Amino acid sequence: MGFELNFDSESVKNIDKKIDKNTIYDVLIIGGGPAGLNSALYAKRNGLEVGIIAETYGGQVIDTSSVENYLGYESIVGEDLVGAFRKHIEKYEIPIKKESRLEKVEKNDEIFHLDLSDGSHLKTRTLIIATGSKPKKLNVPGEKEYLGKGVAYCAICDGPLFQGKEVVIAGGGNSAAEAAIDLSKVAKKVKLVQRSILRAEKALVDKLESIENIEIYLGTQIKEIYGDKLVKGIKVYDKDKDETFNIKADGVFIEIGYTPNSGPFKDLVKTLPSGEIEIDCSCRTDVDGVFAAGDVTTVPYKQISISSGEGAKAALSANAYINKLKK
Amino acid sequence: MALLNDEIRGNLKDVFSKMEKEVTLAVFTKEHDCETCKDTLDFMKEIEEVGEKIKVDSLDIEKDSKKAEEFGVERTPSIVILDSEGKDNGIKFYGIPAGHEINSLITGIIEVSGSGEEMPDALRKRIEGIKNPVDIKVFVTLGCPHCPGAVAKAHKLALENENIKAEMIEAQTFSELSDKYNVSGVPKIVINEEHDLVGNQPMEKFLETIENM
Repeated sequence: MGFELNFDSESVKNIDKKIDKNTIYDVLIIGGGPAGLNSALYAKRNGLEVGIIAETYGGQVIDTSSVENYLGYESIVGEDLVGAFRKHIEKYEIPIKKESRLEKVEKNDEIFHLDLSDGSHLKTRTLIIATGSKPKKLNVPGEKEYLGKGVAYCAICDGPLFQGKEVVIAGGGNSAAEAAIDLSKVAKKVKLVQRSILRAEKALVDKLESIENIEIYLGTQIKEIYGDKLVKGIKVYDKDKDETFNIKADGVFIEIGYTPNSGPFKDLVKTLPSGEIEIDCSCRTDVDGVFAAGDVTTVPYKQISISSGEGAKAALSANAYINKLKK
Repeated sequence: MALLNDEIRGNLKDVFSKMEKEVTLAVFTKEHDCETCKDTLDFMKEIEEVGEKIKVDSLDIEKDSKKAEEFGVERTPSIVILDSEGKDNGIKFYGIPAGHEINSLITGIIEVSGSGEEMPDALRKRIEGIKNPVDIKVFVTLGCPHCPGAVAKAHKLALENENIKAEMIEAQTFSELSDKYNVSGVPKIVINEEHDLVGNQPMEKFLETIENM
């Protein structure tokens, strides 16, 4: 067990910069991931009155063990990258409201009125939705019942609990490959189960295939997660062999992609059946004054660099909109 | 083994300078069969050095059994954060609050010192309305970035209402306890022994669960 400290000084220091419920903000940003933080940076530097509403800082980057495709960093722990983002925006003293979710938005006389989950109300001229996405579920029997009893969605959080045990990783993309590589260091055996082919980038696949205690099952669909009090294994169907069999496992880590966090905005802006918020190339939604950026939107390829770029674009679009409004 | 480096020490000095009142960290250890006791006590002494208003009270769970009983301390290593009057506000840590858990510890210290975050009125009223005894256990691992959020909320509940007690439990240190409560995902929140929540839940979810018990 390593004790190395992960002190989040910004979070404690930021205690003073509270969102003010009497201010009419130029832009309120919902979300604290790369898209939200970069839009905050750009909005502030354009002289806008800006605030952030976020459940947590860093979004999904925080759950990423190592990032190797963000320009300027050959390899960086996800959390350290978030730390660097925050350190950068911290000096701009942007107020943030943490641990709260948006429940309702109404537009009245060009002003958006926001109701938050903790009962507070805020006002703003524009809104940038950057709420990202959350892990997709397998939707098989046992998944819900065994959540926290062997079924997991965060390899760096729950990995240590599977020391010397056997685990299954569901999925074949970058996140699944990374989770398998991480878990191979603690678990006795890691079984990567993917219903089609591996979609992870080549560098990761090569690494995956070089590790001895990782077994890969392709063309294999998970039908059920079974157990008694805790997970005991999964029931799978091998399409090529037309065969159903069981794979023994103490844990099942589900890494099959993400679903957008657009729930609270479905009545406000246009979303697609996938849940993604439809935007144009300037990050505009179908409602004047509402912009969206990053994983929650229709922009393809969910990547940290793409989300942060989209965040910048949304802030610049919001700035242009406000300039027109104030004229 | 020093855990604090110069950067963290500097940051902590800043943070602790805002403390309104003094706090005491009552650290319970025992001489034998406690792998992380010494590290925990050493770490708390490092924290004491940085914070002018922080005092460490080093206690032995066997020799100081009366105090252990008073604070309801059942195992070691453990830390109870006492306010300026030496009062226990129901905020406890079982296991070393290193890794990500340093954030829960610091938040806990700041909160007990009286300089914590203000609670929106609507939530505070709901918390005040809880009249029955509530015991919250939050199981964590030190590598879990979502865990301090759950611990801080449980501790905040304890601070706001004296019927509520909340403890962080490091799942690997207390693996028997983790087995007993079937912990294989963190943060895992167990309320009054039988109500389970998994994940860093919003305050509303904590309250809903408690109110519907």
